[in-house]
Formats: sequence, C-alpha cells, structure tokens
Amino acid sequence: MYTQGLDQRGDNAAAPARADDPAALAAFQARIDREEKIEPNDWMPQGYRRTLVRQISQHAHSEIVGMLPEGNWITRAPSLRRKMILLAKVQDEGGHGLYLYSAAETLGVSRAELVGQLLAGKAKYSSIFNYPTLTWADIGAIGWLVDGAAIMNQVPLCRCSYGPYARAMIRICREESFHQRQGYELMLKLARGTPDQKRMAQNALDRWWWPSLMMFGPSDRDSVHSSQNAAWKIKRVSNDELRQKFVDVTVPQGHFLGLTFPDPDLKLDEGTGHWNHGPIDWAEFNRVVAGDGQCNRDRLAARRKAHAEGAWVREAAAAFAAKRAHARAAKAAE
Amino acid sequence: MERRAALFEYLLRLGDSCLVLGHRVSEWCGHAPELEEDIALANVALDLTGQADMLLGYAARIEGKGRDADALAFLRDAWDFRNLLLCERANGDFAHTIVRQFLFDAWQAELYAALARSTDAGLAGIAAKGVKEAQYHLRHSGEWVVRLGDGTDESHARAQAALDEFWPFTGEMFETDAVATELIAAGIAPDMTPVEAAWMRTVDDVLAQATLARPKSGWMQTGGSKGRHGEELGHLLATMQFLPRAYPGAKW
Repeated sequence: MYTQGLDQRGDNAAAPARADDPAALAAFQARIDREEKIEPNDWMPQGYRRTLVRQISQHAHSEIVGMLPEGNWITRAPSLRRKMILLAKVQDEGGHGLYLYSAAETLGVSRAELVGQLLAGKAKYSSIFNYPTLTWADIGAIGWLVDGAAIMNQVPLCRCSYGPYARAMIRICREESFHQRQGYELMLKLARGTPDQKRMAQNALDRWWWPSLMMFGPSDRDSVHSSQNAAWKIKRVSNDELRQKFVDVTVPQGHFLGLTFPDPDLKLDEGTGHWNHGPIDWAEFNRVVAGDGQCNRDRLAARRKAHAEGAWVREAAAAFAAKRAHARAAKAAE
Repeated sequence: MERRAALFEYLLRLGDSCLVLGHRVSEWCGHAPELEEDIALANVALDLTGQADMLLGYAARIEGKGRDADALAFLRDAWDFRNLLLCERANGDFAHTIVRQFLFDAWQAELYAALARSTDAGLAGIAAKGVKEAQYHLRHSGEWVVRLGDGTDESHARAQAALDEFWPFTGEMFETDAVATELIAAGIAPDMTPVEAAWMRTVDDVLAQATLARPKSGWMQTGGSKGRHGEELGHLLATMQFLPRAYPGAKW
C-alpha cells in the first residue's frame, strides 16, 4: 500500500540525463506511447530508472514501516477472528514489501542497499505511518481509509509502463481491496455497537481523515510537476484527481456508518457531483514528511532495533550457507 | 472422571497451548531479523490462532454452557488456563523463540498425527487439518535450529542456552494424568509413550545436525494442565484480554 506523492517533490531525478542518446530516448518514448511494457533487460533512460527505484523502494519501505502501527494491535485484537484477520493482513504487507523490493532489484539495486537507506533515515516512506494507532478503531480506520487511499493511488500503477512494477501492483491491489473491505466491516461493527464503540470509531475517523487525504501528496498546483513521469506513464493520474476520487467514494461510506467527518467545509457540489473538502493543512504534511511527526523517531528506532538485534541471526544463516556450500564443493571435488 | 468433562479439559490443554504460543510468536511481527521471518512467524502465529479457535470452539460445544471460543480465550483468568508452561515463556532472543517453537512443533506434529486417528470425530478432524500446519512449522523451526546451531560461535551458544533453558519444560508434554487416562481408554487421546519416542527421535536428529547437545533430563517443570502457571502468563492475558474486559458485552 501507501505510495504517496513524494515522487514529485523537490528533486529532478526524473529529468533525462544528458548522457542518454536522443535517438534512444525517442525510441524508448515511442515504445511507451505504444503502451509496451518496459522489462528489466530493456534499455531505459537513467532518469526513468532512478525514478522507479525511488518510487518502488519508497513503496516497499512503506509496507515494512506500515507493519508497525498495525502490528501494535495484534496481541490485543478483541476476538480470535479479528486477531487472525489482522495477522493475515500484516503478513500480506510483509509480502508486498518482498515483491516490491524484488521489483526494485530488477532495476539493479540490492534490497540490502535500499534497507540501508531506510535505516539511515535517507529514504522516505508514506508519512501516514508516523501517526500512532491509539485504539482498536484505528485498525478499522487504517483498513478503510489508508488502504482505501492506497488503492486509489495504486490501481493506476497496475498500468505503469515498467512491467515488474505493474505486475506486482496487480497482485497487491487485489489484496489491498480485501483489506479495505475488512477495515470497513470492522468500522461498521463499531458504529453499530455500544456507545463507547461508536465513540471510538468517531475518534479514529477524526484523527485519520486528514492524514489520509494527505496521502495523495501535494496539490497539483503546488507539486514540482510530474509531466515527465506522466509522459513515461509511471504516474498516470494527478494527485488532486486521485484525492477527489477518494473523497467522493469515502464520504458516503462514512455517512452510512453514521459518523461525521472532521471538516466543516465538506459539502456536496450538486452540479459536479463531487464532494468538496476544506483546506488541507500542508504545513502539518510537510512537517511530518520532514521527520517531525508523533512517531517518526519511534518507527525508525523500531526498524533499527530489529535490524541490529537480528544481525547475529543473519550472520549465522550466511555462515551456515557458506559451510554447506563448501561441503558440497568438497564432495563434488572427490 | 466423566468422559465429557475429560474431553473438555483435554481440548482446553491443546487449545490454550496454541493460543498462548500463537500470542508469543505474534509479538515478533514487524520485529524479526529478516523480512522473510516476519512473514514466516506471522504465518505460524496465524495457524496456531486458527487451531486455538477450532479447539476452543469445540471445547465450548462439549462443555455446553453457552460459552464460545472467544469467551474461553478472553474471559478466563490465568488459573483456568491449561496450556503447557513452555508456551507462555517469554520470547527472549530469536534463538529462544526458535528452540521453543521447535520443541513444541516436534511434539505437536506427532500428537496431531496420532489424534487424527482419534475415535472422537471432532477432534480427529481438527488434528488432521492441524498436522499439515504442524509439519510445516517443524520444517521451518527445525531448519533454523540447524542453521543457528551450526552457524557462528555466537549463534551456537545462543541456541544451546535456549535449549538448556527450555529442556525442563518438555517433560510436561508427555504427562499422563486421570484426564488423559480416561481418554486413552476410550481411544480419544493417544498413549503418549510412542509419541514421546518419536518426538525424541526428531529432536535427536535435528540436534545432531545442529551440533547441539541434548541436555540431561533431570527435574521437569509441571503444572500447566492444572492451572499452575508462571508469572508471565498473567501479563500475557492482561494484554490479550484487554478489550473484552474493558468493554464488557461489546461485540467486535
């Protein structure tokens, strides 16, 4: 889940490198325009490769960091059924991380290197995971809103021009949409439950609504621009279009739950059929992306701790594999 | 002992062991040494929770007092739990988690294989499904025991320390008390002597590959099946049962 519009902010990785031969660039663009998929061994511009590595690895990191806020509730899930659903969901996220790191590896970068960037604090991940999961309703809100927003972002990526990424997204989107329905069903149970449960659901919506809207990234008016990514068919729909689609789908769902959205300006435009929302607090978004959110430090610390404490395990596995390989080689030489 | 009451007790022992160990394993989710292990351990936890759901659900039907699996899982206190003491022990490092899992998996795989032939159709069905999962878990934990034992000096030392710590908790797996005797006589539960012998063969085989030494079997811990638990179980339950306890009567 959980790409956000970070790929358009503040750098020009998408700009074609000077070294790329104009004839090769033109032939590449012609392939893209014919909707051909680009495969790992095909020639591609340096900027295309860099953009994809960054976007896919951010997406993979988001899956891995995203395991933390939801994993926070596995041991406290209130029924055996809910515990199993949540375990399966978090396990799926780990699986998505694996596919995505593998897709990134087809572009010539190793998973160890990408994980190293995350642990060093140099790589970004979806900033929604820098918010805490305070109550059980947050698990429902994440499924309903965060996975819902992720699906909006990711469905167009199933048609991304880079084959391995597009194929990974098809499988991921199928699982995300399952998670989204489970999250909504959880919210429905709370909304139809006791007064305390309904209050819990409302409180979760109050906290997760705005960060969910921020998941689509900066407004099209303010984004650096994505014309190159659009031409390369990496990003096919703009941030604001995706955000609007999400709002239009989600607001009636929230009303069906009997919940209210924390936005006094939220209003249906009868003419266009769209739900207009109030202004997004971009200062908050930029602050959290830059590292000053409630959980940024905790999330990175948790990943670093797991990595550091697991070092001896990975060393043991490598040493064992080397011993076995050596033994096999010795046997073959006999 | 009346047979129905004995079966209820027996199902609690099996179900509570799965529930409590599943909880422990799930604590790793997002914190494992490798992403592959996050996924594998979550899968083991998921399987064990699923088995607990079936076993406790069946226990509740046998009891016939209107409780369900969730009521048994979330609304009993520590002294009413019947899990093996091994299952409630804290995770410790990865070697402790893996060794604990291996000792359990080797036992559960043998026990379920035997229970799949139980004269009680309900239990036989649950065991027949569970045995495939248990064998898969055993392959995972067994391979890791070998890797850690025959990996580096550090991993060997950690694995041996874990084995030494947990060995005294293995005797409880093979105890035969009045509950078991009643069920063995009815062909519902298996005689544990061959189960123990098969378990020991698996353990010896894996430990030999792992270059680990099997600890001497001296005094063994006991008490889980009577509700005499260690101090850690209460904390585990305080976490696990928080929501149903904090919001009595709520449906989730």
